[in-house]
Amino acid sequence: MSEAATLPRARSGASGEAMAAALLCLPAMLAYLLLLLLPTAAAVLLAFTDYELGAPSLRWIGLENFQELTEDRGFLVSLRNTIIYVGIVAPASIVGALALALMIEAATRGKALFRAVFFLPVVSLPVAMATAWQYLLHPTIGPLNAFLAQMGIAGPAWLTSSDTVLLSLAFIGIWEAIGFNLVLFLAGLTAIPRELHQAAEVDGVKSAWERFRLVTWPLLGPTTLFVVTITMIRSVRVFDSVAVLTQGGPNRASEVLLYTMYTEGFTFFRLGYSAAITLVFLVIVLALMLLQTRVLDKRVHYG
Amino acid sequence: MTGIVINGVHKRFGNFEALRGVSLNVAAGEFLALVGPSGCGKTTLMRVVAGIERHDTGDITIGGRSVGGLRAADRDIAMVFQSYALYPHLTVAQNIAVPLTMRRLSTAQRLPLLGRFWPGSGAARNAIVRDAKQAAESLGLGSMLDRRPAQLSGGQRQRVALARAIVRSPKAFLMDEPLSNLDAALRVQTRREIVDIHRRVGATTLYVTHDQSEALTMADRVAVMLAGEILQVDTPARIYTDPADLRVATFIGSPRINTLAAEVTPGGMVLVAGEAVGLHAPGATGAATLALRPEDVRPEPRGPLEVVAEYIEFLGESTLLHSRHPRLGTAITLRLPPGDAAPEGPFRVGFAPRRALLFDGNGKRQPMHVTEAAHV
Repeated sequence: MSEAATLPRARSGASGEAMAAALLCLPAMLAYLLLLLLPTAAAVLLAFTDYELGAPSLRWIGLENFQELTEDRGFLVSLRNTIIYVGIVAPASIVGALALALMIEAATRGKALFRAVFFLPVVSLPVAMATAWQYLLHPTIGPLNAFLAQMGIAGPAWLTSSDTVLLSLAFIGIWEAIGFNLVLFLAGLTAIPRELHQAAEVDGVKSAWERFRLVTWPLLGPTTLFVVTITMIRSVRVFDSVAVLTQGGPNRASEVLLYTMYTEGFTFFRLGYSAAITLVFLVIVLALMLLQTRVLDKRVHYG
Repeated sequence: MTGIVINGVHKRFGNFEALRGVSLNVAAGEFLALVGPSGCGKTTLMRVVAGIERHDTGDITIGGRSVGGLRAADRDIAMVFQSYALYPHLTVAQNIAVPLTMRRLSTAQRLPLLGRFWPGSGAARNAIVRDAKQAAESLGLGSMLDRRPAQLSGGQRQRVALARAIVRSPKAFLMDEPLSNLDAALRVQTRREIVDIHRRVGATTLYVTHDQSEALTMADRVAVMLAGEILQVDTPARIYTDPADLRVATFIGSPRINTLAAEVTPGGMVLVAGEAVGLHAPGATGAATLALRPEDVRPEPRGPLEVVAEYIEFLGESTLLHSRHPRLGTAITLRLPPGDAAPEGPFRVGFAPRRALLFDGNGKRQPMHVTEAAHV
């Protein structure tokens, strides 16, 4: 009798709790829906239309935009440039940051100073920094070519020659990414128990290289994986330096994915076509993330 | 073959003097426990012996070889860390094999891929796998060779750490509180196992612990360390019954030894609160401390001291009666046999005079004998 009386009350308590939980989740879910899911869905849908900014109507054209992409020389150059850019910036900034992190970690003094120095590019304004780079790399008044001239070398026009422009942009990209990666690696290094290094020493590990191979590198695995993913995603997104310094030129030699998307969408107002490029970009980023969570994650976490 | 000889070792961290001229001799094949409260410098001493930390002055020889200038990798020692310090990305078998890989294979043979095909690599690698497996099996780890440390329980990890230490035959074993991360039941069991391993392997062992019961039950000899100094090195029985220093007497033994402010007259009579207690200590004139183990104190109608009972603690195998000397204000604990009725209120106590310990004003032990008159 008493059991029957208490049961419904308990049930209503549980459903009240579920209601409260749903209510509390609502703001976050709403924000996610409105700010992330809907715009993405809109972009995905736009990619299958011929919508142009200001056009009174739009037409569903299926895969036509994507078909055009495969024949668009500009887009293909932009895709190739982006891959080359990522192929230079990601490995160089990762290896460079790891080397710097190991050196800073081993330093007995000045750790904070070096950390700050290398982190500065991350907190500085990309557009303002781009102007500084423009001056540094200027073919006639820039200090870099002045220095090269001193040594008897005729410096190239770094940002205006199609041979060197992508390389120069990649260098700026490395300079921007290395500080960010450095801080991540330093955090990863401090998380390695000191006793492991001492155990390795007692176990007969004598050289720094062996210690790196036995302890540092494997224990840095999760950090490295994160750094690799984030660096690749960040460098696929390169835009600021291109927009300010080269506008994709000369002769499309520095045209990159996001810049092409920007010009198609906001210079030629072909929003449908631009959305198709966005989709390609999204697929690349998602593929990178999938690679991280599905494939590499299992190999670097030992828990 | 000699064990570990530590001679006048000093170590300073900034203004803090962690080791103040420590000398200690661990005989070959001996199991010596270094015990002391936290912060006494025992772990620092072990790390100095291991070569993880450098000492400032003094010297250390291991197996007859001075190791002062040698780094840890060249000292030919094995160490078990408190946290076990296993390599999380390696399997049990690989963890145990690391000391062998590092010492038996040349740098070229250890190269990631090429090393496998280097001359002599195959045979050496097979021998390493065999030896690592044997060490694992001797500790009951045979069925978990392919597991990673994260898949093991605390006790199993501890065994892997032990196996990694015994797989090679080092000149000395250093163990830094290897049991403190285990639960109480497992600790007692593993205590036994470590002693068995020591018997089997017979290697010189320096064992650091803050737990006196570990030190007393496991070691051949115990070194008691306090504030960067070693106060006494002796067998467990002598450390307990015959401490050389008041600090050793109070650190070893649970419950703590009873200490009473005493005075020794110029004639050598030992007085507690102005009354003779039937002890004679010629040559210790002045303020002193009389120390009595709880099991050596018992209620006695004609005993020399009067105390007031405060509360009892029932332990099962005995009962602790906590009382207080009213005039000195000092607590006195009695360990009573089970079933004995505990007195209440004021009562008189006596003690086993031959087991009483006397320390002078500096805490140094003073010889004492029983006067006939007071012998009850």
